[in-house]
Amino acid sequence: MTRSHEVQEITEISYSDLLVKAKELAEGGYRAVQICATSKDGKTEMLYSFDKDFKMINYRVNVPSEMRVSSITGFFWSAFIFENEVHDLFGIEFTDLVLDYKGNFFKLSSKTPWKTEAKKEVQ
Amino acid sequence: MGKRTIVPFGPQHPALPEPIHLDLELEDEKVIRAVPSIGYVHRGLEKLVEQNDYQIMCYVMERVCGICSFGHSWGYAAAVEGLMDIEVPERAEHLRTIFHELSRIHSHLLWLGLLADAMGFESLFMHCWRLRESILDIFEKSTGGRVILSFTKIGGQFKDIPKESLAEIVIILENMRKELLVVTNVFLDDTSVKNRMCGVGKLSKEDIMKLGAIGPTARGSGVNNDARCLDLGKYKELGFKPILETDGDCYARCKVRVREIFQSIDIIIKDVENIPEGPVNIPVKGMPPMGDFIARIEQPRGEAFYYVKGNGTKYLDRARVRTPTNANIPILVKVLQGCYLNDVTMMVMTIDPCISCTER
Amino acid sequence: MSYSTKSPWIIHYDGSSCNGCDIEVLACLTPMYDLERFGIVNTGNPKHADILLITGSINEQNRDVVKQIYEQMPEPKVVVAIGICATSGGVFKKCYNILGGVDKVIPVDIYVPGCAARPEAIIDGVVKALRILEEKSKALHNKGGKVQ
Repeated sequence: MTRSHEVQEITEISYSDLLVKAKELAEGGYRAVQICATSKDGKTEMLYSFDKDFKMINYRVNVPSEMRVSSITGFFWSAFIFENEVHDLFGIEFTDLVLDYKGNFFKLSSKTPWKTEAKKEVQ
Repeated sequence: MGKRTIVPFGPQHPALPEPIHLDLELEDEKVIRAVPSIGYVHRGLEKLVEQNDYQIMCYVMERVCGICSFGHSWGYAAAVEGLMDIEVPERAEHLRTIFHELSRIHSHLLWLGLLADAMGFESLFMHCWRLRESILDIFEKSTGGRVILSFTKIGGQFKDIPKESLAEIVIILENMRKELLVVTNVFLDDTSVKNRMCGVGKLSKEDIMKLGAIGPTARGSGVNNDARCLDLGKYKELGFKPILETDGDCYARCKVRVREIFQSIDIIIKDVENIPEGPVNIPVKGMPPMGDFIARIEQPRGEAFYYVKGNGTKYLDRARVRTPTNANIPILVKVLQGCYLNDVTMMVMTIDPCISCTER
Repeated sequence: MSYSTKSPWIIHYDGSSCNGCDIEVLACLTPMYDLERFGIVNTGNPKHADILLITGSINEQNRDVVKQIYEQMPEPKVVVAIGICATSGGVFKKCYNILGGVDKVIPVDIYVPGCAARPEAIIDGVVKALRILEEKSKALHNKGGKVQ
């Protein structure tokens, strides 16, 4: 029997710390592995992954609805591909996106298909 | 200073096996800027997680891409197994390693063929694909499928591959080696092939690191981010060492892949020697719990990232795959800047983009 | 038999397939299966082609591309939908971005099922397409059109 998984390191950080952390990692020589958004009941959660020498650092950021997220493309240019994807699928707006496709990255038959609506509270 | 022209490249283009569209901004023959636009193959496959339970999703994930299909099912299964704290039997892990390396051989041969085709060397293309058929025969004989295998499930493999079949695989690979040597030597030694590749599309180590490129593209420039150095699979036990080249041009990237074919053969042969007897799967009970899990494996095109998020029911909240090409598109944009129009196909080919992976 | 059925030229377009069928179509043209022994030549130019092979289903972005390729092909022409995605949408049918099979945008003559479609099935589909091509060319001739 084997258990051969990587150590799972996911740190939750506040929204305002994102750019500070991104800057640190960029200076430390990390690469952007991916950005993943998950939407449930109107809330969106973003998972940022960075890697250096097989050590992966993940940051989870909870994004309030209708909030514009600051883009990390200033530090990681290659992240434009992930951010445009999140923009097109989840309807999240990014500020200062270096290469902005303005919603034309994926041409979709329905707009922002992954976006979920908040559950209505039963009174 | 010439006039600037924009040349649309793709989606339906004789040199492209798959639809990708590039807007090439040209100044005379030189590419000043390339803007990729994708979305021709976007299906929204990850959203099917809401309609299929976590076990069935394994087969859907396999259909992210028909070339590295085995790896996708493995990566997804590994993430779910991690989330559910399932220990996979030893023999299953060995079988996964063997089949993953077989996929790598077939994928690299496919790529070498397409590269030859892009150069206009059609007979070489035919030879590569002829050799690739013997790997597909192994797949067909052992799992029943040629490209989509459906061989992995959560908790192990569907069926065992008997000892005799494994021995047969080794014989086939040993026989292939001689023929492979003849064909791959054309890529490495032939003057006309070298003329197209040597010194073309140079990528420095810094570019690779900065833009987060992965896979053989990164290894061609001497950057090792081969996910086989991680613990998943049996690579560590088999003494895996990544193959690195330093030149960073198209030729180096080609050389990495050629050497990897032979390395994969060695890995498989060594693995077949070491594979223990035992069960190949364990029954999976219960539901994926709350929480999330990440798994990474090395696909033929580079590191692939799998993320699953469970909520305690049989439907996952999120299954995400970040495929290798997805991370390599920025480097493609970079390498196209300043190259000549007639080298564009060569550049696109040596990055080895897999568009249906990228868009899912 | 007319000239076009003796040596039909095919064009292949990959819709939103997973590459599986796509690669199998190419595998048909290589030495193991060798579709070229039927006189078939693979071309990249729709104006040269008699048979259109489509793998993968149709989505918002490629529907116009498929339509354009079809419209650019000269008469008579035959469309072969390869793989379950091209015939009905397959596993991806419920995806938000998939409209369905190829027949949602252009008329399809032959459906080849399978995930991925096996080369044997693809060859069978193409050979069946030859018959339809001949029928279409005869019908065109009777109408007073040009015979190829």
